[in-house]
Amino acid sequence: MNSAIELKNLEKSFGKTAIIRGVSLDVKAGERHAVIGPNGAGKSTLFNLISGRFLPSSGSVLLHGENITGLRPFEINRRGLSRSFQVTNIFPRLSVWENVRCAVLWSKGYKYSFWRNIDKLEDVRARTQEILELIGMTNRAEIPAGVLTYAEQRALEIGITIAGGANIILLDEPTAGMSRGEAENAVALIRKVSEGRTLIIIEHDMGVVFNLADRISVLVYGQIIATDEPAKIKANQKVQEAYLGTAGHD
Amino acid sequence: MSSAVKSYGVWILAAILLLILPYIFPAGASITTMCLIGIMVIFALSYNMLLGQTGMLSFGHAVYYGLAAFVTSHMINWAAKSGVPLPLPLIPVFGAAAGLFFGIVFGSVSTKRGGTAFAMISLGLAELVYSSSLILRSFFGGEEGISADRTKLIRLFGYNFGPQIQVYYLIAFWTLLCVILMYAITRTPLGRMCNAVRENPERVEFVGYNPQFVRFIAFSLAGLFAGVAGSLAAINIELAQASFVGAAQSGAVLLAAYIGGVAFFVGPVLGAILVTLLSIKLSDFSEIWVLYFGIFFITIILFAPYGLSGLLMMHAQFWRGPFGSKITRLGKLFGAYVVALIPALVMIFGAILLIEMIHHVAQKGAEGANMHFLRRNYLTVNTHTVLPWVGGVIAMIGGFFAFRFTWPTVANAWHNALVDAQRSGK
Ligand SMILES: Nc1ncnc2c1ncn2[C@@H]1O[C@H](COP(=O)(O)OP(=O)(O)OP(=O)(O)O)[C@@H](O)[C@H]1O
Ligand SMILES: [Mg+2]
Repeated sequence: MNSAIELKNLEKSFGKTAIIRGVSLDVKAGERHAVIGPNGAGKSTLFNLISGRFLPSSGSVLLHGENITGLRPFEINRRGLSRSFQVTNIFPRLSVWENVRCAVLWSKGYKYSFWRNIDKLEDVRARTQEILELIGMTNRAEIPAGVLTYAEQRALEIGITIAGGANIILLDEPTAGMSRGEAENAVALIRKVSEGRTLIIIEHDMGVVFNLADRISVLVYGQIIATDEPAKIKANQKVQEAYLGTAGHD
Repeated sequence: MSSAVKSYGVWILAAILLLILPYIFPAGASITTMCLIGIMVIFALSYNMLLGQTGMLSFGHAVYYGLAAFVTSHMINWAAKSGVPLPLPLIPVFGAAAGLFFGIVFGSVSTKRGGTAFAMISLGLAELVYSSSLILRSFFGGEEGISADRTKLIRLFGYNFGPQIQVYYLIAFWTLLCVILMYAITRTPLGRMCNAVRENPERVEFVGYNPQFVRFIAFSLAGLFAGVAGSLAAINIELAQASFVGAAQSGAVLLAAYIGGVAFFVGPVLGAILVTLLSIKLSDFSEIWVLYFGIFFITIILFAPYGLSGLLMMHAQFWRGPFGSKITRLGKLFGAYVVALIPALVMIFGAILLIEMIHHVAQKGAEGANMHFLRRNYLTVNTHTVLPWVGGVIAMIGGFFAFRFTWPTVANAWHNALVDAQRSGK
């Protein structure tokens, strides 16, 4: 199988502090890959490097074999990689419908068009509707996103991320702060939308991780200490010591 | 057919209104005022493509208005001299092109950054253009500006556009066209992405769009429409002057958009109408009208941050249920407003009287004790007597307390209207 994402010796420092300290990782096309690790290990930073939000201090990021290091986030997104944010990052004063539609537009090829009536774009309308149904928010379509409940905003965050049909999806703690029931719904949703795509998910809930992921990488203090199948990760001595032993039961 | 009426009905009504307005207000001064309003409507809406829709605060929007005005004047003079058959109604096309051109040139620099950086760059560019207007005399014409005789162009259907009424219809046509186009742009992929950039430019990058490029296109298009407005302004007074690109002109359009409210498309239209009327009418009443205008602006910012259109839209929620109940509901509410308005007017009257008397004593003591309040001869006040001063103070302070006394009434009426609307809204 070929790689969707390849990280080669990635490093990132803020000032003098090294946060990502030589990460190499190979995520296969079509796999569901979880990244776990203690708070402050650099998981979100890793996502920021892959998605173009930050420039790495050194090393490179390859997407389907193409070097995308240094590209802007929108250029990477247009190559089929989409990400969500740990801290909800939506368009608060736009309606739920508008939020999702903004994320659909580019993928349908309308670019910066200022001569087409947006309400008459049937493909855009249909796709927006489809996403709203998927995240269960058709009856909230007209509401400003800023007034949604926390769990609804998290669902919308996922909706925006998947709306463009990217085939590589990065989700940063999509279920954090949700109740058990809400989290279960979210996981079912994630399972569904990542079908046939590549998924990289940062997640603290080990139940979710072991049940969803094909492979798991453990990031500790800016370095990946193990990448393997769930059962082997569970049994890994190093992982036990560094992470699972302390945080494995939440 | 019925859906066509629905989507175009409002524009057809607007066209009819523009056609008949000169018959309703036939006085020469009214026609002149309406011309200025039309120009300001285009200008303020173009400004709102930046401020309200894309979240870009520009302090230099007059640059595109003014430069297009100069291009227009030169264009008219050139066409008149060379005999090129170019009728006046087509001249704003060149204004639009000039606005677009300068929008592209300056926008490519200034739209790289949003927020405060953009605002500062817009200010710098405005200063740059204004100061070059004093240097490049051949283009800007120095102190006198560039005048252009609009009647010298080839006639269209026998009209030479000498009479103001003909210019009115020319401006009305362009105003309607630009308003329709600017409205249509809000409902396109670009228009919606402008809103997204306003809300959260960072997130826009992760759905495939370059927020800088969104800002750049919005800026260029805003330049285009500002160019039409400036072009019409030059046609209207047959002159383009350095003040057209100046800070005061940039400030005026900001005020118009803000007072009308930037959150709704119609906001800047209302603002343009009101600001134009105020700046024409207030000076009939006072020398220091700019002061009152400033106070009015501050009042809006403080108490109605969404402007006039925001105030109006707040009442939309009461427009529910059967027609009769809508009317009674709003009637009761406006009754409460009137109760509050009376002491408010007394307070304002007292304040204005005091301000005018202070101004008279401080600035025009040489003219004697008598002051014509609000420039009306029948309202002569002797500023050397105690009575008007005491009266002013009592009106202002008494009015203020009486006004405060009415607030619970208004709050109550608002609450009742809300409850009533919710009950009948099902
Ligand atoms: N822009 C930044 N500038 C400076 N330091 C940063 C920046 N972003 C992250 N850091 C630091 O990098 C470290 C790793 O942060 P990161 O958010 O990647 O951790 P994480 O693994 O996602 O943690 P969590 O599980 O809490 O989300 C933290 O110490 C953080 O303070
Ligand atoms: Mg994180």
